[in-house]
Amino acid sequence: MTTREPGQTRSDRSPWNWLLVLPIVLPLLTFLFNADEPRLLGFPLFYWLQIAFIAVGVACTTIVYRMTR
Amino acid sequence: MSLHMTEIVIFTVLFVAVSGMGFVAARWRRPTDLASLHEWGLGGRNFGSWITWFLIGGDLYTAYTFVAVPALLFGAGAAGFFAVPYTVITYPIVFLVMIRLWSVSHVHRLVTPADFVRARFGSPTLALLVAITGIVATMPYIALQLIGIEAVLKTMGVAGSGLLSDLPLIVAFVILAAYTYRSGLRAPALIAFVKDILIYLVILVAIIYIPARLGGWGAVFDGAQAKFAATPAPNDGILLNANNQLQYVTLALGSALALFLYPHSVTGVLASRNRDVIKRNMSALPAYSLLLALIALLGYMAISAGVKPIGKDVNTVVPQLFDQMFPDWFAGIAFAAVGIGALVPAAIMSIAAANLFTRNIYREYVNRTPTDAQEANVSKVTSLVVKIGAVLFILLIDPQFSIDLQLIGGVMILQTLPSVALGLFTRWFHRAGLIAGWAAGMGGGLLMLYGITNPATNHAHFGGSAFPLANLGLDTKITVYAGFLALLLNLLVAVIGTLVARAAKAPDGADATRPGDYTADEGDPRVRDVDLSGAT
Repeated sequence: MTTREPGQTRSDRSPWNWLLVLPIVLPLLTFLFNADEPRLLGFPLFYWLQIAFIAVGVACTTIVYRMTR
Repeated sequence: MSLHMTEIVIFTVLFVAVSGMGFVAARWRRPTDLASLHEWGLGGRNFGSWITWFLIGGDLYTAYTFVAVPALLFGAGAAGFFAVPYTVITYPIVFLVMIRLWSVSHVHRLVTPADFVRARFGSPTLALLVAITGIVATMPYIALQLIGIEAVLKTMGVAGSGLLSDLPLIVAFVILAAYTYRSGLRAPALIAFVKDILIYLVILVAIIYIPARLGGWGAVFDGAQAKFAATPAPNDGILLNANNQLQYVTLALGSALALFLYPHSVTGVLASRNRDVIKRNMSALPAYSLLLALIALLGYMAISAGVKPIGKDVNTVVPQLFDQMFPDWFAGIAFAAVGIGALVPAAIMSIAAANLFTRNIYREYVNRTPTDAQEANVSKVTSLVVKIGAVLFILLIDPQFSIDLQLIGGVMILQTLPSVALGLFTRWFHRAGLIAGWAAGMGGGLLMLYGITNPATNHAHFGGSAFPLANLGLDTKITVYAGFLALLLNLLVAVIGTLVARAAKAPDGADATRPGDYTADEGDPRVRDVDLSGAT
């Protein structure tokens, strides 16, 4: 936690925040994943790619958290 | 009857042990005085990263989710998988929103989202609308947790028919009500640890053990596809089709926007110690989404395993799958995981609804200067009333009705977005515009839901959330999430209403918050019980 001097205002603005757009937009683009092939470990693309987006979400939010701390 | 004895014994032992924890929780991180909403209702506003992770995770990923999402995939296929993108996009969306809500609530000692609206827009009416929306949307959600427990009880053969059959459910809820009354938010926070460990254990075993017995994941998906191909329903299948893709996307987005507007989510967020805890959790909580994705696929495993739901209750497919696949002792643990999984969110939801009543109805209209102890007492009693209401709901009304109501609740809670979420960033909106927008979104949303039919569940009205654009006279089979359209209408009316109110020079409410309040952190000076009563 950062301490702040009296009178100095903290801001949530940061260019890193733009990274949050990626995990919001990707899962909404159905044309990216609405297919059966290629399968991965038996999972159709539809399922494994959307599960992979979870990792994208974690990565992006973690980076933004670290960089704006 | 004795077929399920092992399961029943294990379920009961775990359930009772966890309930004991609920009572002991009152002593956990013990404050000098539990008699205030900050202690009883928000656990001291001092939870660190780990507790918050378990608490919010236990709060958002409910027993009903574990039962209903696989049931959706079991019935409709890919469309039910929306729960995964929904819980992926919600965290980046609220990442910057929730820290602002935490800060302003910290500075002004706010407890509910309606408190914030009251302080921000100086409008008791708007705050009342937000509070009532929250309570009404939460009530059926609590009832759904009971449906989760009921599905498990049915599978173990201890519920089903006759008057006594409801007894186990009632006993479970009386225990829940008692320890929530005593320990407040500390109870679900402590129980959430056990709940999650059990759930993670069960799911890890399930996703390795069950597909192995069914011939691998490929076979599971192929089996599901074969079943959907054989049904006459046009919109099922393991992939989306041209008509339900927009529904999938708008439902995921709409649900993601709605999630953190629910009072119980806000309760979890406000109970954390500082902004850092929230930010860290927004990046750690998606771990649960992975769990959810795997749980969802239990629906396909149930298809491949040839599971038949009990009666017409499709919510029993997951418990039935466990019963069929696992040895008795492990099925007992799995059932306990679902049962305990219902207790955590049910407790937090009832606390959140009770806080809304206390802060935004009791305090606003009954007793304007309550002591901390009075507030805590009103909330404790209200939380009991809310739970009794939920039980009556399940016992007296067709469970399908509470599922419908929960669907409606999602559309309703979304209508508080302009005042709560946008209000955190801008004071541009006029209170009259926001009230008009709320009314339009609510009315429009309900009207759309009313017009949705569902032949599969024999519904002439309120048959789902997929609004056919054909109902608007468009020549298409495409469907859209009704809540999403209602929100657009709400925003449109709020903007026009604000412009009209400004032009007519209608008096606007006072804003009790300052820009710096939205970035304040732990240790920064607080305003003592501000101006909630100052503005009119």
